[in-house]
Amino acid sequence: AGKAKVDDEVLDDLEDVLISSDVGVATTIKIIRRIEERVARDKYLGTEELNEILREEIAGLLSETDSGTGDGFTFPKDKKPYVIMVVGVNGVGKTTTIGKLAHQFKQEGKSVLLGAADTFRAAAIDQLQIWADRTQVPIVKQKMGSDPASVAFDAVQSAVKQNVDVVIIDTAGRLHNKVNLMNELTKVKRVMQKVVDDAPHEVLLVLDGSTGQNAFEQAKQFTAATEVTSLAVTKLDGTAKGGVVIGISDQFQIPVKYIGIGEGINDLQVFNKFEFVDSFFKK
Amino acid sequence: MFDNLSDKLDNALHVLKGHGQITEVNVAETLKEVRRALVDADVNYKIAKEFTGTVKEKALGQNVLTALKPGQLMVKLVKDELTQLMGGEAAGIDLSGNPSVILMSGLQGSGKTTFSGKLANYLKNKKTKKPLLVACDVYRPAAINQLHVVGDQVGVEVYSDEGNQDPVSIAKAAVAHAKQNGHNVVIIDTAGRLAVDEAMMTEIANIHSAIQPNETLFVVDSMTGQDAVNTAKTFNERLNFDGVILTKLDGDTRGGAAISIKSVVNKPIKFIGTGEKMDAIDVFYPDRMADRILGM
Ligand SMILES: Nc1nc2c(ncn2[C@@H]2O[C@H](COP(=O)(O)OP(=O)(O)OP(=O)(O)O)[C@@H](O)[C@H]2O)c(=O)[nH]1
Ligand SMILES: Nc1nc2c(ncn2[C@@H]2O[C@H](COP(=O)(O)OP(=O)(O)OP(=O)(O)O)[C@@H](O)[C@H]2O)c(=O)[nH]1
Ligand SMILES: [K+]
Ligand SMILES: [Mg+2]
Ligand SMILES: [Mg+2]
Repeated sequence: AGKAKVDDEVLDDLEDVLISSDVGVATTIKIIRRIEERVARDKYLGTEELNEILREEIAGLLSETDSGTGDGFTFPKDKKPYVIMVVGVNGVGKTTTIGKLAHQFKQEGKSVLLGAADTFRAAAIDQLQIWADRTQVPIVKQKMGSDPASVAFDAVQSAVKQNVDVVIIDTAGRLHNKVNLMNELTKVKRVMQKVVDDAPHEVLLVLDGSTGQNAFEQAKQFTAATEVTSLAVTKLDGTAKGGVVIGISDQFQIPVKYIGIGEGINDLQVFNKFEFVDSFFKK
Repeated sequence: MFDNLSDKLDNALHVLKGHGQITEVNVAETLKEVRRALVDADVNYKIAKEFTGTVKEKALGQNVLTALKPGQLMVKLVKDELTQLMGGEAAGIDLSGNPSVILMSGLQGSGKTTFSGKLANYLKNKKTKKPLLVACDVYRPAAINQLHVVGDQVGVEVYSDEGNQDPVSIAKAAVAHAKQNGHNVVIIDTAGRLAVDEAMMTEIANIHSAIQPNETLFVVDSMTGQDAVNTAKTFNERLNFDGVILTKLDGDTRGGAAISIKSVVNKPIKFIGTGEKMDAIDVFYPDRMADRILGM
């Protein structure tokens, strides 16, 4: 009985850690159940082993396409330009992530072009222009208030003409419950296919790491509107853990590709699921 | 997710009744459902625990289990308690200064710059004030431009000093400018910062002590999860802020962070942001927020 009590305590602590990392009740219960099963099956489990099992179980929930070994986007030779469309709710870090990605791709020797399809938010175009200057990549833009689909079209067309490797399209932040704005996004996506028929090759959904359970609904609605192919979780340089992506990745089978760990140009890392899980237990 | 919280509780309580064991333990079991609902709504799990403890006392006092619809009564109890927790004395903005200085603070992307514009617009139109907006975010690309665009949209002057990297001196000069030019409200937009960023927290504490604002506002994204308590606590320790602004409530988030923050710092939630446009600002209604959190 003494041992069972200790196990319960450990599992209770674990539950607290997961919940406070925004993993959510349902996913936390799922993880705890899986661990309980293993604890019941295996005769003895020390805390060390428990930690290892925990890492395995959580890693198992994260999408299978998450290698966890550190692969970012790769660009197949026959997909040039490789078109990445970046979407998400307001203020999560889309534009900043685009700046960091542009920098990383350039470091890898790729040519990059940015498309300023956020024509709505105050100074959004100026902001992306500054990132284009910093990373020394060309930008395609129009006036504030112009049609975002038209900007995206222009950007992809320029990328084709200039024989650019990667084009990244910034879009305005929008809440996923706004039908008109979500339809607009679908249109932006579709218009690019007039230039490159399988564009966009990636739809990157950016999630703010401090967001709670609402991120689920974000993933659901953005996927419905644009078939999201990958996730980036930002602002993990703070105390927020971003645990909600575990359930999202599990349910929608979308891999987490990148994490944002600051506002600087180099503050982007390729997602590593084991480091991610470990971060929950760091104070 | 838990639109049927009241049904769930009804069920749970009826089952218990059927067993003829109406005890404290049974109520506690049922309150687990409430706690789970709150955590699903992003209420901090520790605070949800405390909260259900309080509700339990009240439920036992009111003999919930002998009620015809115990679930409904329980939900009402929970709702009233939530409303009370988030309410308190209605708190406006201190406009007594000449000028009244309002300092914005918060995490990156929470909505400070947008809210600065909304507040300027509101004070200009509803309170016949002459506000000045001040651009003290010297870091974010195009932050100063953004505030200028916002200022133009609402027809309010924006003070900025492009190239000056010291927000403290910008803030001080702006207040002097306001005095000279008859602005009776000064709204200072600042850069987003993480609570763990010591240098940036010291910076805003320095702005705060240099200008002694009448009103310091903490701007929070209503989609924030469990971490809301950490951030609110640290910002409050450094700035002793006067009120909270909850943004992006035009979304479908439950917004449980509102409870967490109120519980941790006990400061009033003064306004909410309900859209990207400059008129998307409203005062805070605790009962509506309680409904929202409970999914009713
Ligand atoms: N600490 C930290 N801040 C970040 C990170 N990523 C972005 N930010 C900050 O978050 C704020 C919002 O970033 P943006 O890139 O403008 O976000 P966005 O999604 O493009 O915003 P909208 O276009 O308005 O919807 C800025 O202050 C960024 O500097 C990150 O990984 N860590
Ligand atoms: N839907 C909605 N969007 C909002 C609301 N308030 C702000 N936003 C949007 O959220 C994003 C971030 O807003 P900002 O005002 O730039 O946030 P900030 O706190 O100044 O950001 P930093 O200066 O980078 O820290 C922008 O896209 C805004 O349009 C709101 O109440 N509802
Ligand atoms: K945010
Ligand atoms: Mg942006
Ligand atoms: Mg700002």
